[in-house]
Amino acid sequence: MFIKHITGNLIKLSFMKEKIISIIGKFGKNSGRLMDILIEVQSEFGCVSEEAVTIIASELGISEADVVQTRSFYHFFTEKPLGKYAVYLNNSVVSGFFGMDEVVDEFENQTGIKFGGTSPDGLVSLKFTACIGMSDQEPAALINSVVFTNLNREKVRQIVADMRAGKPVEDMFSDYGDGNNAHPLVKSMVKNNIRKAGPVTLGDYTLGTGLSKAMEKTSDSVIQEVRDSNLRGRGGAGFPTGLKWTFCAREQGDRYVLCNADEGEPGTFKDRVLLTERAHMMFEGMVIAGYAIGAKEGILYLRAEYHYLKEFMAHVLEDMRNKNLLGNNILGKGFNFDIRVQFGAGAYVCGEESALIESSEGKRGEPRNRPPFPVQKGYNNKPTIINNVETFCSVVKIIENGGEWYRKMGTEESSGTKLLSISGDCQNPGVYEVEWGMTINEMLKMVGAENVQAVQVAGPSGFTVPPSQFNRKIAIEDLATGGSMIVIGNHRNIIKDVVYNFMEFFEDESCGSCVTCRSFNMILTKQIKKFIEGRAIKSDIDNIKAWGEIMRKTSRCGLGQTSANPVSSTIDNFRELYENRAKELDYQSDFDIEKSIIESCEAVGREPNIHE
Amino acid sequence: MSKPIVATASLAGCFGCHMSILDIDDRILQLIELVEFNKSPINDIKTFTKQCDIGIIEGGCCNTENIHVLKDFRKNCKILISLGECAIMGGLPAMRNGIPVKECLEEAYLDGPTVGQNTERIMPNDPELPIILDKVYPLHEIVKIDYYLPGCAPRADLIWNAVVALVTGDEMKLPYELIKFD
Repeated sequence: MFIKHITGNLIKLSFMKEKIISIIGKFGKNSGRLMDILIEVQSEFGCVSEEAVTIIASELGISEADVVQTRSFYHFFTEKPLGKYAVYLNNSVVSGFFGMDEVVDEFENQTGIKFGGTSPDGLVSLKFTACIGMSDQEPAALINSVVFTNLNREKVRQIVADMRAGKPVEDMFSDYGDGNNAHPLVKSMVKNNIRKAGPVTLGDYTLGTGLSKAMEKTSDSVIQEVRDSNLRGRGGAGFPTGLKWTFCAREQGDRYVLCNADEGEPGTFKDRVLLTERAHMMFEGMVIAGYAIGAKEGILYLRAEYHYLKEFMAHVLEDMRNKNLLGNNILGKGFNFDIRVQFGAGAYVCGEESALIESSEGKRGEPRNRPPFPVQKGYNNKPTIINNVETFCSVVKIIENGGEWYRKMGTEESSGTKLLSISGDCQNPGVYEVEWGMTINEMLKMVGAENVQAVQVAGPSGFTVPPSQFNRKIAIEDLATGGSMIVIGNHRNIIKDVVYNFMEFFEDESCGSCVTCRSFNMILTKQIKKFIEGRAIKSDIDNIKAWGEIMRKTSRCGLGQTSANPVSSTIDNFRELYENRAKELDYQSDFDIEKSIIESCEAVGREPNIHE
Repeated sequence: MSKPIVATASLAGCFGCHMSILDIDDRILQLIELVEFNKSPINDIKTFTKQCDIGIIEGGCCNTENIHVLKDFRKNCKILISLGECAIMGGLPAMRNGIPVKECLEEAYLDGPTVGQNTERIMPNDPELPIILDKVYPLHEIVKIDYYLPGCAPRADLIWNAVVALVTGDEMKLPYELIKFD
């Protein structure tokens, strides 16, 4: 029996089986590594086919349903083969701002297929994907995992021509970005766009200083130092880091350190920059955490979109092992700790810590019920801390300079500095390290933004802040954020360009576990479309706000608890935009009886005559 | 003072909600003291003979006849109530909504395992028959609905409490048990 390979050649089923068995062997026949296995199978065969599922299930001794449920959850896994070149174009808000429609049009013209399809010759597939962490250089796309930024019609024409010529993706360009983007193991066109370096994460850094200082102390006093710093989680939720570590350290059993690099909140890209320029620092922070809580193993959960950093991550880890900062007997103090990289496969919800754990265990990224919390039962049901990339980087400096030093920066409740990923309608999009407490006005001045209609703080699940509130502070106690800041200029249509885009995103990314999140995100998206198309009535405004509130109260994780925010926040702050588009009617039906009977009349062969 | 007038109908439903109406047991004697019935399967009045105060509808809309009846109810009733899952969300009949109507018809009349002798492969297409809609619609997508009584079927007490509250103008008794389903 023959199967079509990604190269277009037919391959023998027995060859495929051999190949898959060798992949599974690489991961110790461990079903907990199903994600890694599926990633390799997808990349080898261009899909995870029915045949592949059968082989994987029987080799791992699990049911086919177990394999299929993981495969079907992540959007970079496909059942049907993709083209030789798989284009995943980012359709996030900022991409839309800067010419995505033209890029779509040009790709479709050049390839002769529509987005969502694969060309009949199997050369190219066109697909949309959510934010790929390049909001400062949009429109951007992943082509066979290689990042293409600042796309326009001309570049698309060249790319498609190169595809027809059979050029490998990595040979399609030679202008690499700055810093480590040009590293021989990265060779990416991505630019760092570091606009402002502060004293912590983007300041001076000497490898190993923080770690050696930590290991002169007891584990408890390392945790105490972190607690003294008042450092709070940088992923967005702002949970006190030291407290989390204390909770974990007092649990019994093997403990784990997980680093959340699933940066999926549209508009966020600061972890991309840290991963590129401060990878050593992040890993050093993880080792310090491992020492503090008494863990032997760490996992970096890296989003699939940053697959271009794979070799580089491996290189940095190896470098740290060579310098005795990782591995066995670290710094000769008898402490063993190692880190592996776990890739995701395209699922926003995996940024939620319990979903991230599920995914790291090779399962669907569905959030768990809490309690128990990850610090009690996390990875493999063992005590686990999960912190953001930026949190781990901050820890290194805190240990180096002391909690007291760190606490002097920022505000009373939000100490230290924060990396902001600023994009949208401003002159200088990029990454800025600022002290907590900066106002939106100050921020807009800093990035060179004028005629601003609103700022989207903390991504889609955050707040749409109107000019009247631009004196508010970027701080956990006021405008909390994981770092996503999208500047929305006066010329944008907030409901169409922003709210609708966000709601479509949540509709796609809901894991489907909670009924309200699964259905209300879809319903809200449809309702917003009514406003865009002028089919809405006044009562819709308060209705959608109330429904959003129900979703917030009845969803298990942060996704459903915040996904109505684009709607409720814009109704609160920009109600007139909705009022202007809603009709003064008591009721309006979208039902069209003529249309609704066409299909069945055709099927049975009768005239579509309605006798009223 | 004349009694409020009630009308009821079952569209794409299973009549379970109407059974639930009858489940008020001996309170049916109080009910006829409280209200007068017009068009309803309960008294077998087929067409509206006067304007009604309350219309209670079970089932969603799956064909043109359902649409016609529903609009007729809206025209003839001051207050319209969606009764039960099918009326509110389409319910069980709406399970076909993800499948093209052509496939559903073929399964039902041509290819399904329970199809007997249909050698001429005919699907019902007499002009007298109501026309099947592309999908099953909940009532509120067709006309304005004033109240919703959830359940499959809604509990008799829920229906009773709602009707009594509407007729007396008192606040409706809505204990948690009446709308708790798991």
